[in-house]
Amino acid sequence: MGASSSQLSKQILTEYQELTYLTKQEILLAHKRFSEMIQKEHRSNIESVRLPKERFLTLPELKANPFRHRICHVFSTSEQADGSMSFEDFLDMLSAFSDSATLEVKSHYAFRIFDFDGDGALSETDLETLVNHLTGEEDDSKLSNNEMRQLIVNILEESDIDKDGTINHSEFQHVISRSPDFVSSFKIIL
Amino acid sequence: MDSEADNDVFLPEGSSVTPNQFLHELPSYQSLVRRKPLNYGTMESRRSTGKKRSLSRELSHLEVVDANTPPREFALSMQQKRKLRDEQAMHSQHTKGWDHWKDNTRNFRRKLKHDTFGFLKHLWLWRSNINDIEGKFGTGIGSYFSFLRFVVLLNFVIFLLMFCFVTLPLVISKMEVFNSTQVVSSSFEPACSKYSLPSQVLKYFYSNIIDLLSGTGFLELTYLFYGFYTIDSVTVYSFKYSLPLAYVLVTIVYLLLSIFWIVKRAVEGFKHNLVSDEERFQSFCNKVFAGWDFCIKDQYYARLKHSSLLHELKTDLAEERLRHRKEKRTQRETIRIYLLRIFLNLIVISVLGCCFYAVYLATSYSQDYSITMNAQMDDRLSLVVEYLPSIVITIANFITPIVFENIVRYEDYSPAFEIRFTLIRCVFVRLASIAVLLVSLWTKIALCSRQSCEPCGYNHKDYACWETNVGQEMYKLMIFDFLIILAVTIFVEFPRKLLVTNLSWKPLKWWGQQEFEIPQNVLELVYGQTICWIGAFYSPLLPAIATMKYFIIFYVKKITLMENCRPATRPFRASSSNFFFLVILLIGLILACIPVGVGIAYLNASKACGPFINYNTSWDIVPDTVKTFPHGLKTTIYILSSESFAVPFFLLTCLVMFYFIALAGAHKKAVEQLQEQLAMASRDKMFLIRRLAEAHSISI
Repeated sequence: MGASSSQLSKQILTEYQELTYLTKQEILLAHKRFSEMIQKEHRSNIESVRLPKERFLTLPELKANPFRHRICHVFSTSEQADGSMSFEDFLDMLSAFSDSATLEVKSHYAFRIFDFDGDGALSETDLETLVNHLTGEEDDSKLSNNEMRQLIVNILEESDIDKDGTINHSEFQHVISRSPDFVSSFKIIL
Repeated sequence: MDSEADNDVFLPEGSSVTPNQFLHELPSYQSLVRRKPLNYGTMESRRSTGKKRSLSRELSHLEVVDANTPPREFALSMQQKRKLRDEQAMHSQHTKGWDHWKDNTRNFRRKLKHDTFGFLKHLWLWRSNINDIEGKFGTGIGSYFSFLRFVVLLNFVIFLLMFCFVTLPLVISKMEVFNSTQVVSSSFEPACSKYSLPSQVLKYFYSNIIDLLSGTGFLELTYLFYGFYTIDSVTVYSFKYSLPLAYVLVTIVYLLLSIFWIVKRAVEGFKHNLVSDEERFQSFCNKVFAGWDFCIKDQYYARLKHSSLLHELKTDLAEERLRHRKEKRTQRETIRIYLLRIFLNLIVISVLGCCFYAVYLATSYSQDYSITMNAQMDDRLSLVVEYLPSIVITIANFITPIVFENIVRYEDYSPAFEIRFTLIRCVFVRLASIAVLLVSLWTKIALCSRQSCEPCGYNHKDYACWETNVGQEMYKLMIFDFLIILAVTIFVEFPRKLLVTNLSWKPLKWWGQQEFEIPQNVLELVYGQTICWIGAFYSPLLPAIATMKYFIIFYVKKITLMENCRPATRPFRASSSNFFFLVILLIGLILACIPVGVGIAYLNASKACGPFINYNTSWDIVPDTVKTFPHGLKTTIYILSSESFAVPFFLLTCLVMFYFIALAGAHKKAVEQLQEQLAMASRDKMFLIRRLAEAHSISI
């Protein structure tokens, strides 16, 4: 780790520690993994490099994740909305997925990941896409139309408190705060 | 914001009403727009690093919310968090003196806590191992391994307690560094204090192995067992350390410590369970929103996870349809099902009865045998007889789950309940067989048929040092459990894996690879831990053996999981399982408390060995010690332990409990009302908006 730790100055390291939920070791590990993904000539100024989405998704922790494209889009701060990730975006992502992140932070990002059309509420189409992501994209692994209807009706019945047909952010947070598995399953550790 | 987004704020999908300008004027909309970037940081808000305008406004909002919240608790991008921190710092510059200092120390303390936590997290045993497992098999199986780690830690702490306060003083006194007084029996009955080991002549090599496995022979008079702890006190300069007192107190402390530790861990899960148990509330939401384990890295397991999720959702939906049908079940069918259930339960009870009777017979036989055992008996046979209770218990534990799984199918419960119900029955078998074993031992020790127990209060002829005998029994159970786990892994699971992967014979393929069954494994663990809790009093170093045992088992289980197993088709959820494990462990602990409590407070301590030779029961040391206390303290303790204190205290506790129950009920009612109100308000709103939109379009 000696070579990579010398690249992150102590000051920046403490800043990252202060601004994220990550420990020093985790930040250094993230730095190492990130610099392995970028080309050699850029390694000197890692803070300014943006990793294109395709390259970033070669990360083994994300490879098997059906929501990987959404994760990129949500955490990317790129102006072009192309899902490219900078090192700080990467740290933000790891921070939100870390063990010690609060439920608020986690549920906030989960909502944005599940909000496929980005309109600020989980509509029926969002839920359908979400369920399809969960069960796999192939045709044989999808729920039948009837089952999908029934499932969505059930979900809305459980979570749509004001009965407007969509799940908004506060409703989502409410549901998540009572969902016992969420915190343990919403985590990615390098 | 474009007008598309406006519609999404208010109108349900598919609403035919055209967007209208006046919607923007509604007060609720205004507040929504204002709140939106804060509560729900949209894509724009993350990208707005270039545009200064929204950020500063957001930050001013945040500052109003709480200037002291650390920036990382906001879901913002790094740039924004940096800005936020700077502004917080600026803000704190304005405050001076005391406040400033307070802020600084708070920040410092926070940082220190964070750093130490991070450091500790790094040291935490098996962290990367458990991460690996979670990455491959999901959090459900990961939680089993965390549980295993907890058990190792718990045993280690119990061992430390026992070692420091009981074994170490004895070791020191044997080394004769300090003065120590040996217990001198003042018993008037010489028959009671006769305790001799079987003669040690003519030893074969394998008889050493038998001794090692059963705790007899050369192992009997060692630090391992109760009988060896025969000193009364160790004097360090002027301080007199009373070993018998320490022995009783440490036992109580380790039981209490285990209870508190388990309850503390269980409380988190209990809160969740309390909430989520309300009529399967949110089961679908939980499955959909928290269904994916984000820590899965392996492609193959991700595919499996997809299919298991699909399977789970499908069965849940089918189950719900089934439930709807069930509500329409006729009275006749209901009666039929109830009769069937009663009949099946009778079968279950008779199976249990058979198991327990078998355990009882085995224990009696094995005890009688070991008492009358002579040199002419075959040693190999004697080993089998020594281990007979363990063998019978293991066989019972092996057969009964299969029987129960088959029976429960006909009882027509919902699948989720089926699993739980079978498990509860299995728990009962496991723990009750220990209880039966102990009871049959107790009848041997305390009830004398052939001769009177008069002089000593227990069967002194056959059990001169009965505590050691109980300790040996527990020792045997623990060793046998360990051997069985190893043997099953090596001789059953490994060959099965080899057969299934290398041969393409059809029935074998159908049999398939081993599934890692969490409930069975947890039961195994709880069983072992219960034995350890019971045995720790009679055999003070048993926790050390348990620590080592589970330390090894962790690796054995990990290897068998990684090499031999495939993930379960029926997913086991981390949250519910965590709570469930701890509840079973708690049941085991309570079961363990009973024999230890009876042994300490009720049964006569043996007069031939151990630290309590001069006391009637082990507990007697405590009142004796209290008598030597100064007067004030003595009275306080007497009052605290008298009925006049206990009864009001009990009543008070009941009152407090009732108060909380009532409070919970009131809260629940309030929540229901609020929910109703919210739904009504939303319906009103929709209605009004529709009317307004219509009115607006007409006026245009």
